[in-house]
This record gives sequence, C-alpha cells and structure tokens, in this order.
Amino acid sequence: MARSPVAIIAPRWPGAVVVALVLALTLGTLASVLFRAGAIGTLTSADWSAVRFTVAQAFVSAAVSVVLAVPVARALARRQFRGRSALITLLGAPFILPVIVAVLGLLAIFGRNGILNSVLKSFDLPTLFIYGFTGVVLAHVFFNLPLAIRILVQGHLSVPVERYRLTASLGGSVLRLIEVPMLKRLLPGAFLSIFLICLTSFTVALILGGGPSATTVELAIYQAVRFDFSLDRAAVLAAVQMAIGACSALLVWRFDLPQPVEGGLDRHSMRWDGQSLWARVLDGTAILLTALFLVLPLGMVIWRGVAGLGDLPDVIWPAIGRSMTVSLVATALTSCAAVAMALRGGRAVAIAMALPLVASSLVAGVGLFLLLHPVTNPAHWALPVAILMNTLMALPFATRILQPSVEAVQRDYGRLAVALGLSRWTYVRLIVLPRIRRPLGFAAGLTAALSMGDLGVIALFATEQQQTLPLLMYQLMGSYRTDAAWGAALVLLGLCLVLFIIMDRGGRIDADL
Amino acid sequence: MKTLSHVAGLCLIATGALAETPVLTVYTYDGFNSEWGPGPQIETNFEAECGCDLQFVGAGDGAAVLSRLKLEGANTDADIVLGLDTNLTADAAATGLFAPSGVSVAYDLPIAWSDEVFVPFDWGYFAFVAGKDVAAPANFRDLAASDLKIVIQDPRSSTPGLGLLLWIKAAYGDESAQIWADLADNIVTVTPGWSEAYGLFLEGEADAVLSYTTSPAYHLIAESDDTKTAWVFDEGHYMQVEVAGKIAGTDVPDLADAFLAFIATEGFQGVIPTTNWMYPAVMPAAGLPAGFETLVQPATALLLSAEDAQAATAPAIEEWRAALSQ
Repeated sequence: MARSPVAIIAPRWPGAVVVALVLALTLGTLASVLFRAGAIGTLTSADWSAVRFTVAQAFVSAAVSVVLAVPVARALARRQFRGRSALITLLGAPFILPVIVAVLGLLAIFGRNGILNSVLKSFDLPTLFIYGFTGVVLAHVFFNLPLAIRILVQGHLSVPVERYRLTASLGGSVLRLIEVPMLKRLLPGAFLSIFLICLTSFTVALILGGGPSATTVELAIYQAVRFDFSLDRAAVLAAVQMAIGACSALLVWRFDLPQPVEGGLDRHSMRWDGQSLWARVLDGTAILLTALFLVLPLGMVIWRGVAGLGDLPDVIWPAIGRSMTVSLVATALTSCAAVAMALRGGRAVAIAMALPLVASSLVAGVGLFLLLHPVTNPAHWALPVAILMNTLMALPFATRILQPSVEAVQRDYGRLAVALGLSRWTYVRLIVLPRIRRPLGFAAGLTAALSMGDLGVIALFATEQQQTLPLLMYQLMGSYRTDAAWGAALVLLGLCLVLFIIMDRGGRIDADL
Repeated sequence: MKTLSHVAGLCLIATGALAETPVLTVYTYDGFNSEWGPGPQIETNFEAECGCDLQFVGAGDGAAVLSRLKLEGANTDADIVLGLDTNLTADAAATGLFAPSGVSVAYDLPIAWSDEVFVPFDWGYFAFVAGKDVAAPANFRDLAASDLKIVIQDPRSSTPGLGLLLWIKAAYGDESAQIWADLADNIVTVTPGWSEAYGLFLEGEADAVLSYTTSPAYHLIAESDDTKTAWVFDEGHYMQVEVAGKIAGTDVPDLADAFLAFIATEGFQGVIPTTNWMYPAVMPAAGLPAGFETLVQPATALLLSAEDAQAATAPAIEEWRAALSQ
C-alpha cells in the first residue's frame, strides 16, 4: 500500500504508543487475570444460562428497537410539526445520559409503584414487573430506540426528493419502491450495532437484573469478583464475553455500519404519500408514544430530583469533586489519545478501536488491580483505574468522530506542509488541531459525559473514600433513600449536560476554519 | 529559607497531631454503618474511651466484605473486620489474614463459643418477614406450593442469602435442589444485600422478605406498627451468629484488641437490639427492650458448624444458581 505524503509529516509514534497501551489494557489485563487465576475455570450451567440470557436480551433489545424505529422514523421524516426539532435533539440525549439516571427514571414510570402500573391497577389490569428480562430489554430499548430512529431518519432524508416525485408521478408505492430497499440496506447494520452495545451492558443488568435468571455475562463477571472472589471464573467469563463480542464484530464488518449522525436531521422531505387519515393517525401516534417514552422518565428525574435536592447528604460534595476529576482527566487523556490514533490510522488502529468494544471493562479493571495487588492496596487506586477504564471505553467513539476530519486535513494540507518543510509538531499544532476543533469538542463532550456517569469498575472496588457520584446514587437507591437518590440523579444529569455543552460549544467558538 | 522551615515545621506539627489520634479502620457491611444502624452510636461510645478515631468502612453486604478483604490481601487498610458470620469464619480464617482475638467472655448465646479468632457480637434466627394479613406457610414445602411472592438475597454477597441456602441444606439435605426448583417461581427477585431486599418488601414488591425473627421488633418499636410478623417454619430456623475479627497485619494492634474487648461491653451490646435489630451476644444490664417479648421463638434451631458450613457452601451455591437460572 502506498503511503500518503501525510503519513510522513504527521508524527506516528504517539499513535503507536496508544495502540500498544490499548492492547496492554485489554489483552494484557485479561492475561493478568488468567495468570493469577492459575487455572482455567470451568463454566457451570448457571454461567451458560448467563451467556444465553446475554445473547437473548441483546437480540430482543435490538429487534424491538429497530422494529419500533421503522414507523417512528418514517413519521418523523414525512411530518412537519411543532416541537419536531426539539424531539430530534432529544433523540441525541441518551448518548450523554448516565445509565443509572435513566434506569431510575424508568423505574418511576414502569416500576411497581410507577405511573404505568398505577394506571393499570386502577383498571384492574395485570401489572408489569420490571425486574428481570422485561426490565433489561425495556432499558436497552430506551437507550437504543433513539439511535435506531436517528439512523433510519437519516436514511429517509438521504433519499433524493426527485425519487418521491418520480414514484408519485408513476403512481407507484413509496413503501415498495423507496422505503423497503432503504430499510434493507440500513436495518442489518442498525440491528447489529445495537446488539453489540447490549451485549456488554452492565449497569442496566446490575440494577434491573434479578438474580441468576437475569444475569448478563458482564454482571456474572462482577459477581464472580465482588461476591465469590473467584478469579478463574471471572477470567473465563471474560474470555467468553470477548468471544461473543468478536463473533458479532465479525458479522458487523460484513455490513455497512451506519455512521454516527451529527446534524441535518431537522430537514424534512416533501412527500406525496401518507396523506390519508389513517396514515396521519398512525404517524401521530408513533411520534406521541416515542416522545412520551423518552420525555416521561427524564421529566420524572427533574420533577422528583428538584424535590430531593434538600435530602442530599453532605458526602455529595466530595463525590462531585471525584466525579469531576475522573471526567476531566479521562477527557484530556481520551482527546490526546484519539488525536494520536486518528493521525496514525491504519490497520493497527482499526484493531485497537474494536478491542475496547468487545472487552470487559470490569476484567480490565480487575487485571489492573491484580497487577497492583502485590505492591499496594489496590483499593487506593480505584479512581486512577476508573479514569483509565473510561478513557479506554471512550477512545473508539472519540477516534471514530475525529477520523474523517483528520483525514480531510491530511489530504488537503499534508502535501503543502511537506513542501513548506513544517516540523511534525508544528504541523499538528498549527494545521491539524485548529481544523478538527469542532469534532474534537464534540468527542470531548461525549467522553466527559460518559465518564461522569459511568458506574463500572468503580462499583467493584470503591469504598466511601473513593465514592463517585454514580456510586453514591447507586448506594442511596440500595438503602432506599429514594428522595436523596432522585436529588443525586438530577445533579448527575445536570453535570453531564453542562460538561457536554461546554466542551461541544468550546469546539465551536471561533471555529470558522 | 525561613518560609521553607516554617512549612516544614507545620508539616511536623501536622504529622504529630495525626500520630496523636490513631485511626482504627473497621470494614463492615453497609447496613451496620448506615446512619440508622449501630455504627454511629458505637463510634461515639468507643471514641469516648479510646482516644482514637474509629472509622467504619462499608464494603457491601457481609459476604462481599470478605471478598474485598481477599482482594486487598495483606495490604488491606482494615484493622478489624466486623459482620461475618459462622458460615464464613472457616473461609475467612483460611485466608491467614486474621489473628487470634485473645478475648474470652461469658456470652449469652444459644450455643457454646470456642472460636479463638472471631468474637461474636450479636445473633438471631433467619425468618421470612411478612404482613400479619398474609396466610403464613408452615414450612418451605408449603411456601413452594403457594402463590406467595418472596424476595431473597444473593448468597454470594449477603450473609442472610447464604444463611437461607444452608438453612434449606440443613433441613432437607439432598432434597434441597428440589426445594429450590419448587421455590423458583415464588422468588420475585434476588438482591445483592439485605437492605435492597427489605426495601423492596416495604415498597410492596413481595409478600415476604428473608430477614430475621427480630425484624418485626423494628416495626413495633421504631414505627409503632404491629402489622408485621415472622413466619415460623416447622423444620426449624437457621441461626446466625455475627462476628468480628482482628487483622494480623494491623498497624494498631493494641487499639484493635481494645475494640474486640469493647464488643462485649455495654457501650456496644446496649446499642445492638434497637439499631441492628438482633439479639445481643452479651445481655445488656437493662435486658431486652420492651417489644422483643412479642417475637416468635423457633422450636428448633439449626446451625452447621463453621467447617461443615464451609464445605457445604460452594456446592450449595452451584445448586442454587442452577435451580434459579432455569
């Protein structure tokens, strides 16, 4: 493969260092767990049912999300109504919404004493029980339906309006001539991305999973470490997790993965179909139900969170401080690492970007703890380890967001920079960075929000001395201090939003390049 | 230079001040250290006589505390671990992290106490707690055949959860797998700790929750609510004796010994009945608070020895996971 001139000018070794670190943190830590375990544990029947549950819930979550997305995306693409752009913006919210906050919101709607069950009870209908398979799927649909809708709306809007005209003038069926081919192209990729996301789900299963019958592999890893201290089983489960992830990733590569969508969704195409009363009612219902499904849980967080602010314990302050530190340091590390990866490019980077998606962050965390164990008390390192894990998990997304812009800069300015004899670092500082500010700000905002709300490895080891905001919230929920938990949820949500907005906007200030 | 020496002087004073109040770190389960649990009062009482800073560190439910200790190993910050029970002591002692307690006291326990490493601090009987309006089953078979819904705790993280496993094992032996298979449809959910399970029960998610025969005393005394009761099962009730132990590598051995000795005194035992809602290991001078006499008394007490419990635990957990994961 011929090297492009840009490869000569952009420094390549930082990217190589990052790739090496990613390999060490994913495969190296797994090896450390296997080594410490000393033996290859055997999987029991309960472990196998965890594997089955993981695959089954991911399959159903992905299927429900894409099936529901079809009518909603069509309605959004062909209707113009008040609040449409607000709804589209809202579809992006689950990307920065902490999982634990959303789960609390869902409990308020679908839980035993939630709004839905109160209505069902008043009509003497059977109530919904949220713990277990139902709840896990429900929460995953909440997070991934918006993703599916965004992918499909983009698909609808990418159809040139001339085709609708042509179809209309031929008197053909929009469904058969335009929509079905478009869906055939996009649905497999959308399905598989959601399937992958749901495979490694931890927090949802931690809170809504109910015992051995509703345990994901990631949760089984957590239990093997935290409850049994059975490292051999944790290591084997981690290998299983990676194998499942790798199989699905191979499948994904065979399809077109939809690119993350950043804008342009608030356009709508002029269409001639769907004017019948029936179609209008159908579209209206789809939009209304989706809006309620997304808005009500968030509304509950704000409504009950404001009331709960007074019940917040004093330890919220240090928890906020720790979470901010974790978030900001992880964001700084991720931004540098993602730029380095994007500048390097190539196959090694592609592999390094895929690994964190299929690896278990819990096992990586345990592996790091085991390396620290002979030297020091690993519990003291809970926060640095959490920072590393958040960086690792955010890195694939951040790199993916940066890559197109970095490639464009390399293409447009690489030769010129070589001709001018710019040094590598001057090139990065003066030419590359100013031109990728917008995607860099967006990536930093996403990373900051994700790291702020993450309850992964911190749940394994932290005590009160390392309590972050999501962990504090989880413990408040566990000890049934519900009002305080609502207050903490609101604070957490607010901080995530503020961090995201500041960084995303920060990337746009004076970004006229 | 003058500034620098000032700073150095301040640092010396600061470390000196720290050295004057040694810190005793006690790992315990979350409920013990909650603001309504025994932790805060015991902290006040012990600090009044030790001239030290007693710090409780909550690390999940009882069994999870042991797991955490194994992870931290000899580098642990803990000086004392409080909240294991006799089902875990053999496993805990096998880590080699604990030192003999050196405490011998005449305990008011229903069993003779001969463990030299661990010190008992309270005890009770496991039982399902329910509203009095619910028809009580007479034993596990009755419960399994009924439509009653129960919440239980995970035996891998929680001492009541493990107690239930050994309770059924002690009562039914080889038939225990069948009992679990029959119980599976009665179990609403399995929580990691006691407080989550009890919270779900109080919110009306289940008819009954795995807790203790002493739990109704909380509702009666703290909330003046006499609508709760504990089901008496005719196969007997498994007993729990909660214990504390000293970490061999503690940097404050004298303080740790003082705390272990303090456990049997009024300042600790007097707090237990109305904060931990268990029977004290040594009866306080005032006796049990009014209301405890209303509690049900099991006819038969079941308890495996520490060694038998250790041997039974791993197979019983596999049996339980297999039965409930179907």
